[in-house]
This record gives sequence, C-alpha cells and structure tokens, in this order.
Amino acid sequence: MERDADILIVGGGLNGPALGLALAQAGLRVVVADARPAPARAEAGFDGRAYALAIASQRLLAGIGVWPRLAGQVQPILQIKASDGRPGQGPAPFFLTFDAAEIEEGPMGFMAEDRHLYAAFLAAMADAPGLTLLSGEVVTAQEVEAAGITATLASGRRLRVAVVLGCDGRGSGTATRAGIRRQGWGYGQTALVTAVQHARDHQGIAQQFFMPSGPLAILPLPGGHHSSIVWSETDAAAAAIQSLDDAGYLAALRPRFGEFLGEISLAGARFTYPLSLSLAERFVAPRVALVGDAAHGVHPIAGQGLNLGLRDVGALAQVLVEAARRGEDIGALDVLERYERWRRFDSTALALGMDTVNRLFSNDNPLLRAGRDLGLGLVNALPGLRRGFIRQAAGLTGELPRLLAGRPL
Amino acid sequence: MPAVNTIDPAEVAKFEAMAAEWWDPNGKFKPLHLMNPCRLDYITRQIAAEFGRDLTARAPFAGLRILDIGCGGGLLSEPMARLGADVLGADAAPRNIPVAQLHAEQSSLTIDYRNITAEALAEAGERFDVVLNMEVVEHVADPLAYLTACQQLLKPGGLMICSTLNRNPKSFMMAIVGAEWVMRWLPKGTHDWAKFITPDELYTLIRNAGLDPVDRKGMVFNPVSWRWALSDRDLSVNYVTASVKR
Repeated sequence: MERDADILIVGGGLNGPALGLALAQAGLRVVVADARPAPARAEAGFDGRAYALAIASQRLLAGIGVWPRLAGQVQPILQIKASDGRPGQGPAPFFLTFDAAEIEEGPMGFMAEDRHLYAAFLAAMADAPGLTLLSGEVVTAQEVEAAGITATLASGRRLRVAVVLGCDGRGSGTATRAGIRRQGWGYGQTALVTAVQHARDHQGIAQQFFMPSGPLAILPLPGGHHSSIVWSETDAAAAAIQSLDDAGYLAALRPRFGEFLGEISLAGARFTYPLSLSLAERFVAPRVALVGDAAHGVHPIAGQGLNLGLRDVGALAQVLVEAARRGEDIGALDVLERYERWRRFDSTALALGMDTVNRLFSNDNPLLRAGRDLGLGLVNALPGLRRGFIRQAAGLTGELPRLLAGRPL
Repeated sequence: MPAVNTIDPAEVAKFEAMAAEWWDPNGKFKPLHLMNPCRLDYITRQIAAEFGRDLTARAPFAGLRILDIGCGGGLLSEPMARLGADVLGADAAPRNIPVAQLHAEQSSLTIDYRNITAEALAEAGERFDVVLNMEVVEHVADPLAYLTACQQLLKPGGLMICSTLNRNPKSFMMAIVGAEWVMRWLPKGTHDWAKFITPDELYTLIRNAGLDPVDRKGMVFNPVSWRWALSDRDLSVNYVTASVKR
C-alpha cells in the first residue's frame, strides 16, 4: 500500500515542528498534526512566557533554519548566578557564579519569548518543502500494520506512514494508544510564571534563588529592562498568590525578588503550572516513538524541559535519517530502539537529578542550608568543577547528536 | 509479486511465521540484525562512491541492478530495494524464497527472489552492477570457483562487496567459542573455523578470480554500546572488502 508520507508528527508545540523541520530538510516527507489553529499563538502579543535555550539547543535551531528568523529577538545569557536565600534575608553568603567567559562557546544560552519562537517555527515550516502542517487536527486512532501505521484524524482523514512520532506532551495520546504506560508524581509545588519590568538593566545575568518553598528564577529578556520569572511555591501558597490582584502579587514577589534590579512591575500575563514528573515506561513501541514531555515530563527548574526535548529531537532525527540513508525501515523497532538507548539514560538521569536538587533545596532545615551554602561556595572555589556545571547547564555534555554539536545531519 | 500467488495457502501461515522470525530484531537472527546497520553503512557508501550517487537524495540507487547472494529473509535485499535498486535475491535454501517474498510484499517492495546459486545465474548470463557477497564465502566448498562466478556476474565497472571472517586464534575465540558456544547467537557448527579466510588470502582469491580489490575494513562489535562499527585497522575477526571489475 502506498504511503501518504514517511512520518507523522503528533503535536505542534516546539519539539514537533523542530523534529519535522530536521527530518524534512534531510529529504523525508513529514506531516505535522497540531491540535491548535495556527495563527492564534503566532499573532499573540507578549504574554511573559519565555524559554532559556542552552547553547546546544541554539545550534540545533540554527541547523534547522529557525535561529536566523529570531535575529534581534533573543537575549544572550552572559552569566548565571545561583544562590540560597530566604525571604527578607537577602542572598546567602556563598554565591554560585557561572560566567560565560569561562567556557569557550560564547554566551551560556539565550532567552527567547514563546511568541517569537513559535512564529519563527511557523515561518520555517511554511518554507520547508516536504513538510505539511495540519492545524486544528487531532489524531484519534492509530493502527500498526506489518509495514506501516495508519492514523485516523478527528476530521476523518486517514494517513498511512512508516512511523508516528508523539510530541504531544505529558498527556500523550500517542503513548496511550501505543499501550505505553507512564509513572509520575507531583511535588506539591506549583510554578508561578510571569514577566516583570525593572528599573535597572539586568546586564544579561540570569539569577536562580533557592528558597525554602522552591526556586525563583529570574531570566533576562531582550531590551535590558524585562525579565521572565519562574517562581515555585507550595500548591497552597501558589494558589493563594495567584488569586491576589496584581498589586498583591507584586507585594508577595518583592521580598523574594530583592532590590538588585530596582523597582519592579508586572509586564506579562500570570500563568501557573503544577510541578510534576512524568516518565513513560518506554520511549518506543512498534512504529511509534515519544519525544520531549511525552517521554519524560520534568520539573521545569533551570528551564531544562525544552532543552531536553531538543536533545531528543536531535537524536531521533539523526537515528531516522541514518536509517533512511541505509535503506532501513525507519519504523522498525530495532531502529527506534537505537533512539531509546541513546536518550533514555540521559533524560532519566536529568529528571531524577533535578528531582533531587529540588528536594535538597526546597528545605528549611538549618543543617541542609549550611551544607548547601558550603557546597555552592566549594563549587565556586573550584574552577574545573564549575566549568563542568556550566557545560552541563549549557547542554554541552554527553554524546551529542550532530545537530546539537552544530553539524548537519 | 508473482510468486506469492503460487504458494499453497496452507503454507502461507508457516511462511508468515518464518518471515516474522527472520525480521524479529530480538529473535533467532538477532546477531544479523545487530550487524546489519554496520554492513549497510559500508555497502551504501561503497556503492554511492563507485557509481557517483548521493545518499541524501530519494531513491539514490535507481537504475542499479543489485544481486544479493544468500539473501535469507531479505535483510539486505529490502534496504537496497528501498534505496531504489532493482534487486535479485538468490538463496540456495528453497524455504527462504517464499518467506522473503512474503515479507517484501508486506513492505510494498518489489524484489525478484530466486532459489538459485551464483554459478547457475552466471551460467544463465545474468549481469549486475553490484554483487553483495556477505558472509557466504566461508561456507562454500571452492572459494575460487565461487568468486569467479561472482566476477562473471558483474558488468564491466561493477562492484562486489564481500565480507567474511578472519582465521586466527582471536576469531576462533570470538566467532566459535563466543558466538556459538557462549552467547548461543548461532547454532553450534554454523561456522567451520578452518574455512575462515585471512584478508590477504581473500585479496589473492579475488585477484585470481579477475577482480581488483580496492578497499577493506574491519567490523568490530563493541560489547558496551552493543553496536558494530567499521574499523580501518582491526580486521581480526569480521571484515568486509570492496572489489571492482575493470
């Protein structure tokens, strides 16, 4: 039976389009099914949502032609400061400072707003021969056959392809339909996300304060006077803060934020995201592979969710393109298992690692506090160890997929 | 798919089961599946280089006629067909033919599978751009006669890819003791170590058969990553060669 395309990607967030572009540019025929109507997000104004892109992620975006479309819309992260703090007490005596000058790859990362990133992806997809974007389309069924998989869309349309790639998030329908179970747990914490305007220039410095109730990240946005914040609190505290009016919200934020950037005001919509970990039991099944949050939804501290997803994108695109060039069946389980073997350890280790970091730092025990202050100070005192942390944060460790190393597929 | 329709329906279920066995990456043919990406990397790159094809294009092997000797379930024939080649898969074991045919049909691929030997094909005047001669030469009674038939099967300018096993104490430990006795990857007695051929012996045989050997590489299994990789230096156990007909 003839195929309608080589690959169906379910999910039009950021991982799905990135994977679609990488595969289409390597000559495969790709359909991306996105549940949302296309223009809604691209035309939206600034809503405060932004991503911290690691250097490796920036390289992948450059490799698939998205990065040039973001010219003038990104903020380089020149320094990352992590510190231990308690509201009203200011930062702990030991500051952990990561400086871009200590690694050779330039800035440590870039901040990009969701609206710009998504618009750049839409434009790149429109220009990609071999890629078809189906907006407002949901997959309702998938049926595996001997040499293909047929997906049925809500519109009644049926697509026969070699493999279905689920980029459809923690609630992945692709995973459920493939019989892949998942495990997860909540943290009793919720992230409050918004953007603030501040009087002083942030100078490209990202701040992470580890508070007893959870971390507060302040991430520099373009222009110098806006920052994105990700602020974690217990579920109850977050619900209470979210229910306040803007003045009350700011009053709650100010003592945590501190005064180093001068007077602050709200500059974006207020979002909340319950923090939880969600791991798929397997990343692949016959003719199905899972990517990003569909495989491993992580606690979003340090903004690693998208970076981790783009590592999956780079690895899976490389595995599939290499298989296609060898003449292998790209939906065969042994091909897909190469991707799982490559990514499973890295993503699980990072998910569990962030879980541990979060549990350690979200604690007001004085002994733990002393221990981590000392630990942060020690890391700061040892340049080799610090460079290792910086390279990890920048996504430059582990066996890198070619796209993430700045090389073509 | 002409021949599938001639199969006795009672036999089809059996062939389907056998096809599933051939193509199960974790089944009886697991060692071949593990080695296949490495073999295909070598084969595709050599063909692309010899015939000036671009592997990033669709159907890069269109217009090339390829013979796969000892095709089994079609583990090499199908990738070649998927890359656009016109493929003839030959196997001396009659039971492999309908199995391979059935799987090709399921995969929407057109492949000419025949129960025939290389010598008989050469006799019949069949000619090919590429002859794939993978892990066969160590099983035949007269390697020189067999390689001469392979030479006759090539058009002038044609390419033969030939892989086999080296003969030394290490290959005895790896291929006989390791693969057959310890890992049970292959049934005991699959290989006769005395019939393994050193790379220099193979080059001499290939030259005597009338072909020019142009390249040789080792294929090395990494037990940590569980992957095979090509090696410029380590031809101590499995290795693969490329030869052309001038």
